[in-house]
Amino acid sequence: MNTLKLVRLVAWGSIAVLTAAMLYLLLAPKPDGGSGVASIGGPFRLAAADGSVIDSEKLNGRPFALFFGFTNCPDVCPTSMLEITNDLTALGEITKDFRIYFITVDPARDTAALLKEYTGSFDPRIVGLVPKDEQELANVARAYRAIYRKVETPSGYTMDHTATIYLMDAQGQFFGTLDSKETPQVRQAKLRRLIAKG
Amino acid sequence: MFRTNIPLRARRCASAFALVSLLAVPAAAHDYKKGDLRIDHPWSRATPGGAKVAGGFMKITNAGKEADRLVGGSFEASGVVEIHEMKMDGGVMKMRALEKGLEIKPGQAVELKPGSYHVMFIELKRQLKEGESVKGELVFEKAGRVPVEYKIENLGAKSGSEHHGGHGAPKS
Repeated sequence: MNTLKLVRLVAWGSIAVLTAAMLYLLLAPKPDGGSGVASIGGPFRLAAADGSVIDSEKLNGRPFALFFGFTNCPDVCPTSMLEITNDLTALGEITKDFRIYFITVDPARDTAALLKEYTGSFDPRIVGLVPKDEQELANVARAYRAIYRKVETPSGYTMDHTATIYLMDAQGQFFGTLDSKETPQVRQAKLRRLIAKG
Repeated sequence: MFRTNIPLRARRCASAFALVSLLAVPAAAHDYKKGDLRIDHPWSRATPGGAKVAGGFMKITNAGKEADRLVGGSFEASGVVEIHEMKMDGGVMKMRALEKGLEIKPGQAVELKPGSYHVMFIELKRQLKEGESVKGELVFEKAGRVPVEYKIENLGAKSGSEHHGGHGAPKS
């Protein structure tokens, strides 16, 4: 075996190893177990509009729903809150301890008092949460992969925001979402499954 | 005691009658015409407590040969009125002010409705209650000013009551 042959062999050998490594990286299970479900959600600790503090890790194993919105929202926020209120009412007793956390994406304007008045128009099970600053809001939004953005208007500003209702199980794991386009029957079936699962 | 009762009852009866006739008249028609434009059933929704905004909805038909533009307006219960477009983009609610207003092409109708174009009432001075009517004005580039009255529907109404013949949030 001459030197040239040896060099060729080493070169092809390296290519084979690199290819195998790349294939492994591309096809191997992801570190999160490779279930295909992206991780959505995470622990949060935020001031509630009624003066209490909601720590997601101390929810006593209760499932909950979570929504990002703001009170200067003319359409999707009141509609979503009304729909889930109607869903909870329709489901009756089993939803007694269920909570919907409404996190404002506009803490600059949405004070605790204002948010309390707002959610009070819907259902006592809806609890307004007010991040104390931009950082606290950014952290919880990132955990839920929610988007929010301030947009200028001629008279001030409005907020773009993710309008999904997140359903989280008793372990704080992502269970699914509710959507305004779904029928009340579909939404209520999801809520019933979530509450039954715990 | 007995003598004062009769006129009271009569007065109640008369005011009940007056109320019924008041309700009956505007229900017959709720549209406005100015030049080639017709505005059908301007409506808005009851607002939750603390809310400082609301959307105004209606159908605007242009029977003329030239385009017109809804460029602004006023609303008795709010400080500011803008023309906005709302849309859902991959689960994200996006709202934009239409800086040049909303074009109403000749021979066409544009519907302002939830989830789409709307007149945005900003700096609400008070909560809007279902069943009331609130005066306002629409301003068009060519047709000019059109005084209208907005009917305030249920908080969860998806369309004006004249279109589906009844009130009601989506209850099940």
